[in-house]
Amino acid sequence: MASKNNIGPRRLVVGAHYGVKDWLAQRVTAIVMAVYTIVLLVMFLTGQNFTYEGWAGLFARQWFKLFSLVTFLGLYYHAWVGLRDIWMDYVKNAGLRLLLQLATIFWLIACAAWTVQILWSV
Amino acid sequence: MSEAVREAKQKGRPEFRNIGIGDITGKYRMPPSAIVSILHRVSGAGLFLMLPFLLYLFQQSLLSESSFGYFAGIVSHPLVKIILLGLSWAYLHHFTAGIRHLFMDNHFALDKDAAQKTARWVLIISLLLTALVGLKLFGVF
Repeated sequence: MASKNNIGPRRLVVGAHYGVKDWLAQRVTAIVMAVYTIVLLVMFLTGQNFTYEGWAGLFARQWFKLFSLVTFLGLYYHAWVGLRDIWMDYVKNAGLRLLLQLATIFWLIACAAWTVQILWSV
Repeated sequence: MSEAVREAKQKGRPEFRNIGIGDITGKYRMPPSAIVSILHRVSGAGLFLMLPFLLYLFQQSLLSESSFGYFAGIVSHPLVKIILLGLSWAYLHHFTAGIRHLFMDNHFALDKDAAQKTARWVLIISLLLTALVGLKLFGVF
């Protein structure tokens, strides 16, 4: 419709790649999280007498640590794509939107570091 | 632009803006797919906001034997259980609606009737799973 006005100095500030890569990343990370969710959900629903030994013992295994880390990093990427969509939909002021997007990125990077700390504490 | 067009604009012609919160809460009769879509976004945003709380609980549960006891104490409080049940619903709704999304991305159930049917199933299945988690959380089984 008004695409001619979106080129040059009047171009809409929505980011460079228009989201195909992010769209795909959101789906791929969703599949990883879905598998992880099913594993933990079945364990929770079928488990009895939850103890520290059992819980920490699960996370002490290297393969489960790495599976957890990959899932959580996927979650943070997934959350970034979702939050970016929300900011783009509702925050019309480009400066404020950039600020919120940067805050989201920094917060999610901090969460990733926190996750590493948690997982490697057992 | 001609003068006639400019005059017409000043006369308060109907404006069509984006859908507002008033439209979706009162004015429109929302089909199941719209409800699922909005709840997908709301639950995702809510889970993001609750990340620090959940990571804190996760850390306490793993750090040591005594911090696990502290964690168990927090989550045994009824109010915390209700919050966790709410978050479980948010997670499970996001999960089921997300699986519907993946099917639709692969061109399954795209026509009008099928899409409403799967949206209803998302609402039902996520509530059933939440009920199951709730029963376990409150120690029924």
